[in-house]
Amino acid sequence: MTDLVLDIRGVCKSFGALQASQDIDLTVNRGEIHALIGPNGAGKSTLIQQIAGGLRPDAGRIIFDGRDVTGLSTAARARLGMGRTFQISSLAMEYTVLQNAVLGALGARGDVFRFFRPVMRDADLLATARAALTTVGLDGFEALRTSELSHGQRRQLEVAVALTLSPRVFLMDEPMAGLGAEGSRRLMELLNGLRAQAPILLIEHDMDAVFALADRISVLVYGQIIATGTVDEIRANRDVRTAYLGEEEDA
Amino acid sequence: MRRETLLNAALMLLLLAVPLWAHVTDEPFTITLATRAVIFAIAGVGLNVALGLGGLVSLGHALFFGVGGYAMGILAFHAQTYAPLIDWPVTIDGTKSMPIIWLVAIVTSAIAALGIGALSLRTTGVYFIMITLAFAQMFYFFTISWPAYGGEDGLSIYVRNGFPGLNTMDPIQFFALCYGLLLLVLFIVWRIARSPFGLMLGAARQSQARAQALGQVPYRLYLTAFVVSGAITGLAGALFADLNRFVSPTMFSWQTSGEIMVFVILGGVGRVFGPVAGAALFIVLEHSLGGLSEFWHIYLGAILLGVVLFARGGLYGLLAGRERAHD
Amino acid sequence: MSTILLIEQTLNGLQFGVMLFLMAAGLTLIFGVMGLINLAHGSLYMVGAFAAAGVAAVTGSFLLALAASLIAAALAGVIVEMLVIRRLYDRDHLDQVLATFALILIFSEGTRWVFGSFPLFLDTPDWLSGTVMLPFGIEYSRYRLAIILVGLAVAAGLFWMIARTRIGIRIRAGENDREMIGALGVNISRLYTLVFALGAALAGFAGALIGAIQTVQVGMGEPVLILAFVVIVIGGIGSIKGAFIGAILVGLTDTLGRSLLPVLFGLVMEPSAATTVGASLASMAIYILMAGVLLFRPQGLFGARTT
Repeated sequence: MTDLVLDIRGVCKSFGALQASQDIDLTVNRGEIHALIGPNGAGKSTLIQQIAGGLRPDAGRIIFDGRDVTGLSTAARARLGMGRTFQISSLAMEYTVLQNAVLGALGARGDVFRFFRPVMRDADLLATARAALTTVGLDGFEALRTSELSHGQRRQLEVAVALTLSPRVFLMDEPMAGLGAEGSRRLMELLNGLRAQAPILLIEHDMDAVFALADRISVLVYGQIIATGTVDEIRANRDVRTAYLGEEEDA
Repeated sequence: MRRETLLNAALMLLLLAVPLWAHVTDEPFTITLATRAVIFAIAGVGLNVALGLGGLVSLGHALFFGVGGYAMGILAFHAQTYAPLIDWPVTIDGTKSMPIIWLVAIVTSAIAALGIGALSLRTTGVYFIMITLAFAQMFYFFTISWPAYGGEDGLSIYVRNGFPGLNTMDPIQFFALCYGLLLLVLFIVWRIARSPFGLMLGAARQSQARAQALGQVPYRLYLTAFVVSGAITGLAGALFADLNRFVSPTMFSWQTSGEIMVFVILGGVGRVFGPVAGAALFIVLEHSLGGLSEFWHIYLGAILLGVVLFARGGLYGLLAGRERAHD
Repeated sequence: MSTILLIEQTLNGLQFGVMLFLMAAGLTLIFGVMGLINLAHGSLYMVGAFAAAGVAAVTGSFLLALAASLIAAALAGVIVEMLVIRRLYDRDHLDQVLATFALILIFSEGTRWVFGSFPLFLDTPDWLSGTVMLPFGIEYSRYRLAIILVGLAVAAGLFWMIARTRIGIRIRAGENDREMIGALGVNISRLYTLVFALGAALAGFAGALIGAIQTVQVGMGEPVLILAFVVIVIGGIGSIKGAFIGAILVGLTDTLGRSLLPVLFGLVMEPSAATTVGASLASMAIYILMAGVLLFRPQGLFGARTT
């Protein structure tokens, strides 16, 4: 059983003259948090989309748990265990917290095309849903409508929904975005404990979170990975300092 | 008890009490009005599955209303003229038996919905709206130009179809049949709304991306909803044709599509019983305002505009407040 | 079928197509710039026709009638935009559909209230009636030829305006990013009203032109509206070029279908059956065309690959 969960090899993507991804090599190992950082417009979202399935790379392979998923749809990859949280939250806003969690559990179990049993009374689904909510700390909020949650709580819910899918890898697209100090701290704690369940590929701008959580960091600039290494290695890396961290020095 | 449940019960009781009272006081016209309301309600409940649960703005639901109506018309026509539908390879005669007609109406509407939906759901947003409208129009023009079943003039069915054990010509008995079907349809839709399918469909309505991330293919969810939706509205069409003992291409018209939508909106989109309130309100308006002025559609338009701009949740929104999440 | 008849029907198809373009162009502009689906466009077509018929009856001048149609439809468009439409830009498509459907009811019944249920008549002017001789010995209706020429001129004018003028640039920019051009100082509100009025004027003008060869009556606009939708689906929403090509395609398919299909079936069936089958199939021809486009290119021939 290999330690390599996600293996991205030689991925390339161009939009006309713009090369959004140039020969990208990236790996995510079991039990780690691998952060992907880079300035705005570097192509991080494009890369995540190619990994999760919304965009087809022009060249290269996405290998997930030893299996080539480059040709599979988003839905198929989700069924195989890719858990993605969004930069723009895509929760079902009208539903309650519990309903969103049950949705996740239902998606994982797969028997969606049942028309006559009341889904919110399904013991199995409720158990899975409630377990996920407890893990993220939202168990007291299950009856609240999602639209009434705070921004940070919605982030937590996103992670809970991803959890119900028993994912084998997490793809997180800027989960800290828009959170205040308290919300960030709570989410960081959550992500820290989460890596034991499944490794995380984390796109983030929040440098404090990245340096505190990441086992490894990859730096993406103008569509290319210019460096991959531990926190200390990246901190010391000249190219990275010039291209990216240099702007953050005075922060 | 929740306000919405109270309202549902009150509505269904009212819808039953009015015609019963009319039966006692010998006012068959009122019974007919109530039957119209019930049939419109069924059509609206059908549309609501696609529109309210699935978020599919189908502007061509008259297509299914018409298909159901013509299923009845064609079968009954061949029965009353004693000419079989087809002779070869197997003889199929017409029929005037309601249960068979309903079954045929439901199946043919479902098939139509499958075909139209499979094609139309490849698009989204405005395209979908325009395409559903266009397909209904296609059926409209086709039935006008196909002379075998009356063309533009439509088809008259001399005697109401039969149901075992009942005298369907008696207004109150026919009403009872329709009311019973409405109860059945409401029960089915209510269960679907609370089912795993319903939950996932609602999720796809709110966020296609979420449904995909959960491993679902939104197209399949939508298509299933569309087929169920079409089948129910088709049943309403067959009943409508039976009520009036007449089918015509107007059943396919854009005005009919618009009216079915009005039933749903007036009552409150997405509420299972919403179309019942909407259809009842529409009949009341048609009768009262229509009696005052032959231009009553202006008032209907103004009311509709008011609802859309200011009272988005319809009657249920006003009376029962925001929809309670199912828990 | 003789070649002359074929050419005549092709010209008719062109004329039909050019009229559809006037409707579709307005619709697609309004959707492209404001993201709004407008079911009341058929009502604006009707307003133009009625205005023209009314003014023609009073003044006897066809040109004044045409001018009246433009003004009346544009005015109706401005009023409707300011009172109702502008509240809909932020709403979802369902609300837009319902609200504009409500407008259809109000316009239709309102017109019936003012003018009665009987159709009005708009006569083609003397200087445009009769036929004209075209090359190859084809005699064609002078009025219909005029429609084709006027329609093509309007199309050319539209293309020029969108591509070359400041307003055109604003329209194109608005189609791409509304917030951006607002930030750049363009008065969005006025732009939207202008675009809506332009679309309305095009529709009203089409209504007046057609009113002379068909009847002017309540409800005349909706069938044309639905055809314009078919054009847009085929051509791709937001694209004027798509609207033009789609309109010509639809016009030709419908007209030629109606004349050719019964003949084609007449080769294999006996005449009365051929006419029936041919006519029925012809009535469905453009929808089958639309379905075909949907199968292979759901976003239309020139539409952007978006939702």
